[in-house]
Amino acid sequence: MSTSATVHGGSRHHILSVLVENKAGVLARVASLFSRRGYNIFSLAVAPTDDERFSRLTIVVDVESAPLEQIIRQLDKLVNVVQISELAPEAAIERELLLATVRAEGPARVEVATLVAIFQGSVIDVGPDQVTVAVTGTPEALDSAEDLLRPFGIVELQRTGRVALPRLGARRRLTPVADRSA
Amino acid sequence: MELTGAQALIKSLEMEGVEVVFGLPGGAILPVYDPLLDSSIRHVLVRHEQGAGHAAEGYAQVTGRPGVAMVTSGPGATNIVTPLMDAMMDSVPLVVVSGQVPTTAIGTDAFQETAITSITMGITKHNWLVTDPADLPRVVAEAFHVATSGRPGPVLVDVPKDVSNARTSWYWPSADDLDLPGYRLPRAPEPGLVRRAAELLLGAERPVLYVGGGVIKAEASEALRRLVDLSGAPVVTTLMARGAFPDDDPRCLGMPGMHGTWTATTAMQRADLLVALGSRFDDRVTGKVATFAPGAKVVHVDVDPAEIGKVRRADVGIVADCKVAIEALCEALEELGSTPEGRARPGTPAASRPDLGPWHAQLAKWRQAHPLRYEQTQGGPLKPQFVVETLRELSPPDTVVVTGVGQHQMWASQYWRFAEPRTWVTSGGAGTMGFAVPAALGAKVGRPDRTVWAIDGDGCFQMTAQELVTATAERIPVKVAILNNAYLGMVRQWQELFYEERYSEVYLSPDLPDYVQWAEAMGCRAFRVESPEEVAPTIEKANEIDDRPVVIDFRTDAFEKVYPMVPAGASNDEIIEGPAQGEGGR
Ligand SMILES: Cc1ncc(C[n+]2csc(CCOP(=O)(O)OP(=O)(O)O)c2C)c(N)n1
Ligand SMILES: [Mg+2]
Repeated sequence: MSTSATVHGGSRHHILSVLVENKAGVLARVASLFSRRGYNIFSLAVAPTDDERFSRLTIVVDVESAPLEQIIRQLDKLVNVVQISELAPEAAIERELLLATVRAEGPARVEVATLVAIFQGSVIDVGPDQVTVAVTGTPEALDSAEDLLRPFGIVELQRTGRVALPRLGARRRLTPVADRSA
Repeated sequence: MELTGAQALIKSLEMEGVEVVFGLPGGAILPVYDPLLDSSIRHVLVRHEQGAGHAAEGYAQVTGRPGVAMVTSGPGATNIVTPLMDAMMDSVPLVVVSGQVPTTAIGTDAFQETAITSITMGITKHNWLVTDPADLPRVVAEAFHVATSGRPGPVLVDVPKDVSNARTSWYWPSADDLDLPGYRLPRAPEPGLVRRAAELLLGAERPVLYVGGGVIKAEASEALRRLVDLSGAPVVTTLMARGAFPDDDPRCLGMPGMHGTWTATTAMQRADLLVALGSRFDDRVTGKVATFAPGAKVVHVDVDPAEIGKVRRADVGIVADCKVAIEALCEALEELGSTPEGRARPGTPAASRPDLGPWHAQLAKWRQAHPLRYEQTQGGPLKPQFVVETLRELSPPDTVVVTGVGQHQMWASQYWRFAEPRTWVTSGGAGTMGFAVPAALGAKVGRPDRTVWAIDGDGCFQMTAQELVTATAERIPVKVAILNNAYLGMVRQWQELFYEERYSEVYLSPDLPDYVQWAEAMGCRAFRVESPEEVAPTIEKANEIDDRPVVIDFRTDAFEKVYPMVPAGASNDEIIEGPAQGEGGR
């Protein structure tokens, strides 16, 4: 199997796109499997799919903590896990949302707005001495945005963790786990 | 047809062919116990829910059919957590039905409410909380399917009281109606991989078939015998696989690992090929993984894809049912020219394979130089190994042996000579003290035609002995041999060997409790044996009793230790053999 990895925050990460049954407790089963087997989740996003019977988890795993193959095989044994695809970062479109409240008085307000616009984000709330901004982008772009916002003074910051889909034309690079031979 | 959820549940169990349920009622499961009165299903009323779980495991291990247990909510459900964990570790098909507080009360800390599906998430193969009575037949069918197919394991079905009280219309699902989109079973083994495995077998000079519990689960003993004939390779049987291949066959080297025979453990260390069949490279088998079987290529056959490469990289990994895979391997060997008589057809790859003669000669030499050994002196302290050997000699060869966990378990595994599968029931992966008595009871219910002997420790016996009350009340004539060394012996052994004989909290006393009086109070016949001369006559007496349980309190040597031994974390090259003959047992 492929062992593609992205360097992010200094360690190796893989993106798993996991189709699960949309049933009570499924997220707990996945989370408990990770903790029980000593694997680290770097980020996790849960979303409904166009088929209401299923949801999709986008899990970024810290592969330093265990061989990816073992994580995938254990995950695949969960009865509610329908399909696991490993998305190679170069074959995937990834997006994440960042919300941040930053200190912005007087001229700083314009500077923040300009900065956020460069990242195709926007100011979504304004107070007397603070603004809240929203930026969507690749995790790397958000890292940069975060770095550039920091000097203004970050009051609160939230990121969603990434969601990902395979690039068009790169679908064959998806590796459904069921088809992997031992 | 309109039924209550409870009636639908019992009817579903009947549809699954359940003949016996081990359990104990309570508030939340009350509705389900009512239709049980009218059912053909036998109910065995245990005295503690842990007993129900282990009894169901014992039943499953000897019959190959799923064991079923039923408990109430809250403490009833948590009392069966240990057996679920035990069954998970040893891949035992177990279906537990638990009562739950009404759906309207869930989340309110209602009386005897506990989120048992959350608690057992990691120690079941899967579990269900049923919130609609119409789901009950389908969920029961799914539960049995999941518990028994692929790698077997325990499942739990949690049924709220209002769901069992509600009315629903009856149906029985077909296989297509099961709603398990994420549950896949292994396909047939890939022919290319099977061929490659067969070629490795024919190329090996020092092959070993490393047989695990999966072979018994897959009913693959016949197929294994054919594989041994065709390949000429010797066999080691792990703790979970005792009986998968007969001990009296010269090609059987016995159990490998921490307390395995010197020859089985060493054969794996020196092997150039290990063919792992339904075994999982457990740390009790491998010792220090980095130095385990350093020169061996590995063929790994397992029904669970996650086992392949989990501990040791496999050169050839075959994900398949063990029986199907072994049969395919046999066919591949035959295609390559092997014959069951060991003579290869001329001109085939098998004809030019390395001669296994030197390997078998080496193994025979090792066996001679490093036998299992103990010394029973006249008038000396009673040796536990002597009790096990005598028990084996005097009991029918198809006797089912069930054990607790500790020294007595290892001696039972070492000194019993197994002739067939499903005659050995033990708690392997979990090492659950207290397993023996209830598991023996379940085994006897599953195989009433067999003699069932529990070989138990004094410490273990005290954990679940109350199930002998169940055995007496339900007329389940099990037999229990307590190897009473007055100690938590296995822990004592570690303290003696690795903690400079600083004994911390391991002494139990030989006669507190008085096991004979206790057993008699529970309706058993009971005997005490203190000297070697009394062993055989007392066992003979016990073997003749068939109308009630029997307990024998064997007062065994407290200083006897289990050898060979590979210390935890050490390499399997560092086998401690214990004192030589005549040096005494201390
Ligand atoms: C439930 C549980 N608690 C503790 C242990 C740790 N343990 C393993 S063997 C053993 C001693 C068992 O004593 P006994 O039943 O007398 O058997 P012996 O070793 O003396 O034959 C203990 C305490 C365990 N395996 N299971
Ligand atoms: Mg003891």
